[in-house]
Amino acid sequence: MKLRAFLGRLPVVHQFRQSVGLQRGMLLAGLIITGFFAVMAIFAPWLAPFGYNQLTGDDGETFGAQVPPGGEHLLGTTVGGYDVLSRVIWGSRTAFMVIIVAVLLSVFVGVLLGLISGYIGGWVDRVLVVIADAVYAFPTLLLAIVAGIVISRGQSNLLGGVFAAAISITVVFIPQYFRVIRAEAVRVKAEAFVESAKVVGAPVPRIMFRHVLRNSTRTLPLIFTLNSSEAILTLAGLGFLGFGIEPTSAAEWGYDLNRSISDVTSGIWWTSIFPGLAIVLIVLGVTLIGESLNDLADPRLRTRRRAGAATPADAVAETTPVAREDMGEVH
Amino acid sequence: MTTSDVAPPTTRTRRSSGGSLWRYILVRFLLIFPTVFILVTLVFLFMRTTGDPITAALGGRLPADQLAERIHEAGYDRPLIVQYVEYLGQVFTGNFGRTLSDNQLVTDVLLRYGPATLELAVYSLIVAFIVGIPLGMLAAYLRDRWPDAVLRVLAILFYATPVFFAGLVLKLIFAVGLHWLPANGRAGARNEVALNRLDHPTGIHLIDAIRLGNGAIIGDVLAHAVLPALALGLLTAGIFLRLVRTNMIGTLGQPYVDAARSRGVSEFRLVRHHAYKPALIPIITVIGLQIALLLGGAVLTETTFEWKGLGFQLVQYLLARDFVAVQGIVALLAVIVAVTNFIVDILAALIDPRVRY
Repeated sequence: MKLRAFLGRLPVVHQFRQSVGLQRGMLLAGLIITGFFAVMAIFAPWLAPFGYNQLTGDDGETFGAQVPPGGEHLLGTTVGGYDVLSRVIWGSRTAFMVIIVAVLLSVFVGVLLGLISGYIGGWVDRVLVVIADAVYAFPTLLLAIVAGIVISRGQSNLLGGVFAAAISITVVFIPQYFRVIRAEAVRVKAEAFVESAKVVGAPVPRIMFRHVLRNSTRTLPLIFTLNSSEAILTLAGLGFLGFGIEPTSAAEWGYDLNRSISDVTSGIWWTSIFPGLAIVLIVLGVTLIGESLNDLADPRLRTRRRAGAATPADAVAETTPVAREDMGEVH
Repeated sequence: MTTSDVAPPTTRTRRSSGGSLWRYILVRFLLIFPTVFILVTLVFLFMRTTGDPITAALGGRLPADQLAERIHEAGYDRPLIVQYVEYLGQVFTGNFGRTLSDNQLVTDVLLRYGPATLELAVYSLIVAFIVGIPLGMLAAYLRDRWPDAVLRVLAILFYATPVFFAGLVLKLIFAVGLHWLPANGRAGARNEVALNRLDHPTGIHLIDAIRLGNGAIIGDVLAHAVLPALALGLLTAGIFLRLVRTNMIGTLGQPYVDAARSRGVSEFRLVRHHAYKPALIPIITVIGLQIALLLGGAVLTETTFEWKGLGFQLVQYLLARDFVAVQGIVALLAVIVAVTNFIVDILAALIDPRVRY
């Protein structure tokens, strides 16, 4: 029973228990799709028939370029002579690596800056807010490209490429975490328990991290999922424009799509459809989770178990102005 | 009952809060400058801390002494701070320098390719409005029933599909498979020449084609625009759908909607007027934020369809490591983003006086 209670408090599990009907279906669908890709990413070496940069089979013969699907190459080969299925499978690994690095980095930096800005306030706060707003307003992809070029300087191996892509995405996401945590920190620091801590003489870092931060993280899982999907799209966009990871060092769906532009005009569909579908599916999966979490966190959108049973929280929500998330600000 | 949503606020504001609207507009206007300044500075620092533009663009192609000479000529061997101050001064006077790769005035590049991007953005916004808003209303009205579920998944699908993949699929189906629409470019080669030969072309092909008065060219220009506009528009439509749905669920639950229903107002009118209009303010605000998304998407869409606009050129210059051109284009985009956000804030304040406080 202890385990059950512990599980019930984990972010996604908690919301899953809370959900009913359609919302539960959406959350479940998202979890299944994302899980499918996670399995693919972990077991890529065993699942993929060939390596992501393999050009010749075991018999030493080259695959050949633009071979139609079927036979040895279930999904055909690309214009560069790679096996499409293998690159789709290996691509999920690259995607997960970039998401994890990017989101961890941006959470770390964004949360730290947001906490400092929100708790300390003053001119530091004002300067950081203006900078964050300026970066936030700008097209994310363009910033990521500019950052990517500076970081990678054009050439990139697997780790370097993953990190370059992740850091470029991080630059874009920091303002989002910053805004959320700052707003929460400003709210929490006015609470009585923070004042009590001050009176007791707790040092500032302890108040910041123990009292304020711990009470400011409720929206993080939500932004985390929404950001992950955006990270995949940004990575694919970078790859598509030719600023991503080299094909020899990792499989990356956006790059494969870039190479398939000319295939499309000559009617070769398999080089673009499969990596493209992979992107769509994984983003769909992660977004379904994020959307469901969003709805469950918002009492106005949560489907109620018993229709018409309004809780006091609903009444409060009706009188408060529209939350920023509802305005589409959380991506 | 017609709820007075848009027109009266001017009188209402004048009565209730004399100077506050003007102060709000002024503050918002002044905020444009730090926004542009910060972005220009960020890009400048990003690009310069890793080397000078001439080595980046021409390094390896010129011998070392010639390279050093050109760097010295252009003044890139001076301290960064001196270059930065000079650059800011130039930007302020509208002088962005000359591109390194093809030696053109950056302002000419902006003027030549900007209209194409504007044209694409307008078309895709039209698609987004036509598709996103009615579907969003429908989803909110039929909340939690199956059409709602289908529409929500559709909205997420629109969002989850990268514009370039959507573009490639549209091309495969409608251009390569069915031969209904052209796959690339903004107009057929011969029409492109005819359009460029016009005196003072606006650069917006549709307007130029109408000025030529040639029906065939107008048709050709529109046919070329359909697929790019769909690819970019559907992405935005997904966001509009979501947004309209969420906000209308909020307003549909309001007591005044129940009151209107009990007075016998038709369901259509209820959705179209009573619930939709109050939900407009957040929608307008978000449309402002979508401009950034639209511009980013335009870069991808233009590359997919070889639509020769600013985004397409930006990628070419980035690939050529022409940082002078890149800085110029990014500065222009920063101004566009900042100004749109300003306009959107003002619109929101005019519609809803509460925003100002």
